[in-house]
Amino acid sequence: MFGRARRLAAEGVLGLNKRNRDYILRFNPRSRYPLVDDKLLSKQLAIQAGIAVPPLYGVIRTQHDIRLLPDMVRDHPQFVLKPAHGSAGDGIVVIAGRSGARYRTISGVLLDFEQLSHHISNAINGQFSLGGVQDVVIVEYMVQFLPVFESLSYQGVPDVRIIVFRGYPVMAMVRLPTRASGGKANLHQGAVGAGIDLATGVTLDGVLGTEVITHHPDTMNPIAGVQVPQWDTILEIAARCYELSGLGYIGVDIVLDRQYGPLVLELNARPGLAIQVANRQGLLRRLQICEERADFNAHYKERVAFSKREFKHPVKGCCQS
Amino acid sequence: MNNKHIYILAALLTAFSIGLFVYKAKVLGFPVRPQQQTTIWNIEAALRFHPGPAAVKATLRIPSLTPGYSIFDENFISRGFGVTTSSAPAGREAQWSVRQASGPQTMYYRAIVYRDDTRLAQDTTPPFPSPPELDEASQVALEALIAEVRRQSADVASFTVQLLRRINQGDQDPYVRVFLRRSDMPTDSAQLATLFLAGAQIPARVAHGIFLRSAPGPVQPESILEVHDGVQWLYFNPRTLQQGLPPNFLIWWRGDEPIAEVEGGFDLEVTLGVQESLLPAMAVAERRAEASGSHAVDFSLFALPIATQAVYRVLLMVPIGALMIVLLRNFVGVKTFGTFMPVLIALAFRETRLVWGIVLFAVIVSLGLLIRFYLEKLRLLLVPRLTCVLTVVVLLMVAISILSEKLGLQPGLSIALFPMVILAMTIERMSIVWEERGASEAIQEGVGSVLVAAIAYVVMGIAWLEHLVFVFPELLLLVVVATLLAGRYTGYRLLELRRFKGVLPEYTPQ
Ligand SMILES: Nc1ncnc2c1ncn2[C@@H]1O[C@H](COP(=O)(O)OP(=O)(O)O)[C@@H](O)[C@H]1O
Ligand SMILES: [Mg+2]
Repeated sequence: MFGRARRLAAEGVLGLNKRNRDYILRFNPRSRYPLVDDKLLSKQLAIQAGIAVPPLYGVIRTQHDIRLLPDMVRDHPQFVLKPAHGSAGDGIVVIAGRSGARYRTISGVLLDFEQLSHHISNAINGQFSLGGVQDVVIVEYMVQFLPVFESLSYQGVPDVRIIVFRGYPVMAMVRLPTRASGGKANLHQGAVGAGIDLATGVTLDGVLGTEVITHHPDTMNPIAGVQVPQWDTILEIAARCYELSGLGYIGVDIVLDRQYGPLVLELNARPGLAIQVANRQGLLRRLQICEERADFNAHYKERVAFSKREFKHPVKGCCQS
Repeated sequence: MNNKHIYILAALLTAFSIGLFVYKAKVLGFPVRPQQQTTIWNIEAALRFHPGPAAVKATLRIPSLTPGYSIFDENFISRGFGVTTSSAPAGREAQWSVRQASGPQTMYYRAIVYRDDTRLAQDTTPPFPSPPELDEASQVALEALIAEVRRQSADVASFTVQLLRRINQGDQDPYVRVFLRRSDMPTDSAQLATLFLAGAQIPARVAHGIFLRSAPGPVQPESILEVHDGVQWLYFNPRTLQQGLPPNFLIWWRGDEPIAEVEGGFDLEVTLGVQESLLPAMAVAERRAEASGSHAVDFSLFALPIATQAVYRVLLMVPIGALMIVLLRNFVGVKTFGTFMPVLIALAFRETRLVWGIVLFAVIVSLGLLIRFYLEKLRLLLVPRLTCVLTVVVLLMVAISILSEKLGLQPGLSIALFPMVILAMTIERMSIVWEERGASEAIQEGVGSVLVAAIAYVVMGIAWLEHLVFVFPELLLLVVVATLLAGRYTGYRLLELRRFKGVLPEYTPQ
């Protein structure tokens, strides 16, 4: 038991307790949490900062607003409903088309308007928000994902998760939806996470649950060796999210859209730790490299250059814990 | 806030908590173990006499300055007499009086005493005694005796021993003989010693008391000589010359007078009795703290009404349960529904006992879930739906109670103590997790919650722990210390060792 702990420490694996105390509590000021916990607010901030996000169709703020939905999406057969304070994928409905008067979700379920408005009213009443507080529902563009990961996803939109430490991208993975995750790219719902070499943007092996896997469970294609397009742009967007949020330890979720290119889906102030298994690398080593050598006032382009140089897979070096 | 700050705070809190604990346990005698008992002695003096035709007044000398012992409680029993107590130079006195009485009379003084080492003879240093008034011949003998004894002794103690030894030789001692021949001199050796000591300017007095034996029955009072050496009182057994107060000797009264006197009556007879028994240690500790002027008891939970005390017995265990949650979540990594939900469930288990508690919990949650899934179909708004689930939970509880009453299953009744709001919230949360993340995750978290609740229940059920935090609530500061330290723990959680195994280089992917 202690042997395992010692070996994990030697690999620089970051545990939840250490992440919470030494990184989140230290570098994420409480006052900035609302910016990322409220997806509507972070979206508006990103738009101001010139960072691309899925275009907003409208916001449903009250029970009464629900009847405005058909108008909002009149010209958009595809759209996404998202509670602004939701987390871990809860409450998100991705509508991929219509079938008569009914809405078809990405996983093929047909919902009539009544079912949809019940869902929205639950969301407004706080079913999906932390502590059950009142919420609003965002109606936005449904991302048309680039076919690069087609061989590696079962429906849904794969997204790239990048951990950004005080402006420096330190680790990345792509989250690939599976049949089990219902087309959603959240790991604990059963999506596969595949590590990405930060220097090149090429995928490594994947993780499913706690197991390392080499092939996608549904499509059976090998996971490693896929080049993520526009990798530099993705890294730059991620790095800039630091200035945007003012949070020192965040997870930036980016999707690749056919039309708009890389889009920021959401920022996460408490990003999960499974990314370490996907990369088969501990985070601590990279965080310590940053703390030792990085200049935290540098321009984002310099920061991306630093990350690409220092964090070429696999990152070696010892780790003090 | 660096680590040093936390460690200093933790050390201070620990020192304070342990310090207060040790003070209360060692000095005030607060019981460390539940149902601890302290030995006490019931002492009794019975006065019997025949009254004369007129008013009767009986005086009894009662314990006041009792080194090594404290009085827990005392009372006076008589028929038709008025009783008053007053302090006399020789200690306290009780006086019974009545205008007229007929037939033999009996009155009792009863007291409970317990051992109290903190109680010393607290009276002030006495003045030098005035020399006894004697005739010429005795005066000469006294001075010669004192001079001789003084030559053979070094201090007050050896002087007294030497003196007593000569008195005990009686007629064989040429000086003492002078006094023994005289009819107006006391015959008791202790009383004679006080006279001689007064001649030597040494304050002394005779104390009378009883030996507190464990065998019940009447006891004879015995006397002991108290001599003040300028700093403290020294005790001497006038016959055996042994110095020091015997540990089981209770001083009852002092001076040359008898223990009791009666005016207007005759045939006075006094019997003393003693009986040993046990009393809850806490009751004695309270009295002791009171007597020593400590506020530990005023500010203890025992100062509260009994009903409130019962509530605190439970409440004080909540932090202990919460500490278990800290351990299981931050050190093991168990997932639960809601942070403190398992503690509340564990509190309910106290009434139902563990097995029944788990069964009832499982029954309610599963039935509740079934109904919740049905409600989902009706598409209700959130708050009305929650209220509906809550109402259903209450109805389920009622149904289970009635059913188990009919079936004669006693434990089923205690389901009423389950925290229904918590149950309703758990059902709601579980159904959402069920829908959003699948049944396995929901069941896993549900089982995790019950597991944590069961562990918290077992720990919170340790009677000794419950007793400790109730009698010594300051020990909860140690829980604070534990949380301070746990809050700084940055090591891995036990379950993370498995979770992150894929990072290890020797691990081979499937
Ligand atoms: N605009 C969108 N278009 C398509 N899919 C989306 C969109 N927004 C969210 N999703 C899907 O929902 C998942 C979770 O969304 P995200 O914004 O990350 O919220 P959460 O905080 O719940 O993780 C995404 O990984 C993606 O699969
Ligand atoms: Mg997300």
